[in-house]
Amino acid sequence: MNGFKWLTALAAACALAVGAAACGDGGDEATGSGSDLSGSIRIDGSSTVAPLTEAVAEEFEAANPGVKVTVGTSGTGGGFEKFCAGETDISDASRAIEPEEVAACEKAGIVNEEVRVATDALTLVVNPENPVDCLTVEQLGAIWGPDSKLSSWGEVPGLRDGFDEELALFGPGTDSGTFDYFTEEINGEEGASRKDYNNVGENDNATVTGVSGSPGGLGYFGYSFYLENEGTLKALEVDGGEGCVAPSAETAQDDEYVPLSRPLFIYPSEAALGRPEVKAFVEFYLANVGELAEAVGFIPLTDEQLKASEDASAKLTS
Amino acid sequence: MEASGVGSERARLATAGARATVAAKLSDRSRRDVALNTAFAALLLAAVTIALGGLAALLAQAFVRGAPALSLDLFTNTPSTLRPETAGFRPAILGSLELIAGVVLFVVPIGIGSAIYLEEYADKTRWWNRAVEVTIQNLAAVPSIIYGILGLGFIVRGPLDLGFVLVAGSLTLALLVLPLVIIASREAIRAVPDSIRQGSLALGATQWQTIRRQVLPASVPGMATGVILAISRALGEAAPLLLVGATVFVTFDPTPFGDGFSAMPVQIFDYAKRPQEAFQTLAFAGVIVMVGVLLAMNSFAIWLRNRYERTW
Amino acid sequence: MVSPRLQAPGPRHGEKAIQGLLALCALLSVLTTIAIVLSLLGPTIGFFEVVPAGDFFFGIDWTPQFEPPSFGVLAIVAGTLNVALWAMLFAVPIGLGAAVYLSEYASPRVRRTVKPVLEILAGIPTVAIGIFAVSFLLPHAIQPIWPDDLLGGAEKPFMALAASLGVGLMVVPIIASISEDAMSAVPSGLREGAYAMGASKRKVATRVIFPAAISGIVASIVLAISRAVGETMIVLIAAGSTPSFSLWPNEPVQTMTAYIAVIATGDLPTDSIDYKSVFAVGSLLFLATLAMNLLSIRLVRRYREVYE
Repeated sequence: MNGFKWLTALAAACALAVGAAACGDGGDEATGSGSDLSGSIRIDGSSTVAPLTEAVAEEFEAANPGVKVTVGTSGTGGGFEKFCAGETDISDASRAIEPEEVAACEKAGIVNEEVRVATDALTLVVNPENPVDCLTVEQLGAIWGPDSKLSSWGEVPGLRDGFDEELALFGPGTDSGTFDYFTEEINGEEGASRKDYNNVGENDNATVTGVSGSPGGLGYFGYSFYLENEGTLKALEVDGGEGCVAPSAETAQDDEYVPLSRPLFIYPSEAALGRPEVKAFVEFYLANVGELAEAVGFIPLTDEQLKASEDASAKLTS
Repeated sequence: MEASGVGSERARLATAGARATVAAKLSDRSRRDVALNTAFAALLLAAVTIALGGLAALLAQAFVRGAPALSLDLFTNTPSTLRPETAGFRPAILGSLELIAGVVLFVVPIGIGSAIYLEEYADKTRWWNRAVEVTIQNLAAVPSIIYGILGLGFIVRGPLDLGFVLVAGSLTLALLVLPLVIIASREAIRAVPDSIRQGSLALGATQWQTIRRQVLPASVPGMATGVILAISRALGEAAPLLLVGATVFVTFDPTPFGDGFSAMPVQIFDYAKRPQEAFQTLAFAGVIVMVGVLLAMNSFAIWLRNRYERTW
Repeated sequence: MVSPRLQAPGPRHGEKAIQGLLALCALLSVLTTIAIVLSLLGPTIGFFEVVPAGDFFFGIDWTPQFEPPSFGVLAIVAGTLNVALWAMLFAVPIGLGAAVYLSEYASPRVRRTVKPVLEILAGIPTVAIGIFAVSFLLPHAIQPIWPDDLLGGAEKPFMALAASLGVGLMVVPIIASISEDAMSAVPSGLREGAYAMGASKRKVATRVIFPAAISGIVASIVLAISRAVGETMIVLIAAGSTPSFSLWPNEPVQTMTAYIAVIATGDLPTDSIDYKSVFAVGSLLFLATLAMNLLSIRLVRRYREVYE
């Protein structure tokens, strides 16, 4: 009979429904007082920086309902690739742009500036039962180095707490900016790390479960994850040569928490900043980044750093 | 036949003896057999129970963990990084719907057309027709992430150069599920007995008339099931969409060629990776929504199948 | 004499046109395959210009992002095989058992309710199965049962077995549904004849129906294996990201598909050798599924029976 007609009807119904949804402007009611800005802003890049950019986009869109902002998480490298191909307006980055990427952008004629927006404090976490409070960079290198064979806390050179649980190491995926930064600072070379740790990939929640579930657990991730799980984890102090420093907003801002405080950037392009909505967005970003950074668990810039960022972005718009 | 006294008695005994022998030979009722039968049936039942139990556990966990976030807001609110308590799935839901509409529009004509060609017209002894068959089966087995690579290289960039738009996602998903539709449609067409075709041709109908009036209507329930299975698969796929640009953070309603789109499974994946407990709850709530949609579609498929199924 | 009504009125060009149109549809599949090959080929060649094929195919250490990098693909191949193996060990008995039950033992009403429920399982998004596997199956089903001293215990945040059970659950409906269809398609005559001869249900199911439906059953299993090998999200979420040249189910492993997903959406400059490794792995995956598929076609052809 007419199952065939049913199929056609189904397809047509789908198309109609979607057409109605897409064409009808069912978007959120305008909440901000009439802003005339409209257009779309494409942002992509680091998944670390993304929550901050998303927060800014959310607030910006509330005040400017005519502007559509999309924030992708292709990763810092993926973001730069699209940025230097002209496919995005702003690139989020958890590391500085690399020479090959600079060259690619130059070749494509994409003029851009590095604009620092926040700081992250890479935090080392252990099980709350662990009596160790502080580790030096050398000790961390001994634990995480590429040739390391340490298997228990008792073997870590220089520890006197008498703690001898088995080491259970947890770390992020080898393709992440966090991994790159940690290995570069602690082991001296990006990518240099022992291979037998529990790799949690993109899911830092697994580090939380893992470390809180193993007495000898040790892991590292961004500061926001620690803040969310303060009750179940203990953050280690790190001795970068000037004494043990605990990660916090103050120590990261004052550059005391070394070497694990890392800058976070956005890279807007000159061409994009020529559009009023993008210019307004970047200005909004820098104006509100202090409180929004804290809201998502990052460390806000100091006044000096903020001024430097504003100058950098002004260079592109003048 | 006449039976004399002693003769009929003998006949009766012989018949009884014959019956008993046959019954004994054919009867399966030794104790060992009975035990095996029961054990076998028990194992089968256990298999079904485990499968259903797994499904039940999954749904139960999703409900328990996701119920706190269930509300109409889930459908109307947009994702929020700052306020997870009021975040919702609206762009992702619309995105998924639009993606599926695109998939159906593409896959139904091309899939069924291919199936008709391969079953009704193609000379199966020619090597190129066999090659096409093998190709389709290969494509059905290719991992979904490879389709993501294909989408990125050919649809988003490359020849089609559509950019990271929803239609690109639709096409990628459509290519992914096309082999499934073709295979299911072929099975449905194949199930129509040849006698039906011969009869139609004998009455003077052309080949296309035979197909359109006899074969197709008879095979539509099977094809519909195939299409619905394909839709289910496409709805749940995240991997290819990640490569083709299903951005996670969009707060506006996606349009077919507009910048940026999202889809339910990608959004759920993102929420599950965030540390805040509220996002975990949201992820499970998203699972509940998707399962609900699936149930609706599958019920429709069952109804279709039950209403129009034919046995020959 | 043939009545004029039955004679064909003339050459039917429309027929040819329709046939051509339909052939084009079928051609699309060939074009898709060519497109896949093309998109994989370039970067794969680029990869092998830098990394010797021997290192790739015979090395067991897959650490492309470490310094110094190692490109032994066998580690992630082992991960894929690990997950697929345990998934099939779970799914084949369950799936076939369910199929036989539905086809031979269940009343039509039970069959009408259970079969669609199983198909719901087929439609559950793999993201959901992955989350279920890592947040429920692992802590509440696997870890309580696994003996602490067996192969190093099970106190890990990720495990191949968790992913395997998830993948297994995902493919059970494939095996069950297709096998059940194949079993139901066996003509009732065969079934009824066997019962008339006095055979028990078990004998009918195992000696008559199962062999008669074997081609469909084999096809379903091979399709399931392909799905298991090609699954990305479940393993991404539940199996971990540590490549490990091991088939033990209680290890975290990384499969080929998970590696591709992680890198292609990760933080790497896209011109680097690590990025190209994605295409090399993709090519290997593609060729492997091709090989499995050709094998299955052979098998099915050997066992198929036609009943009309």
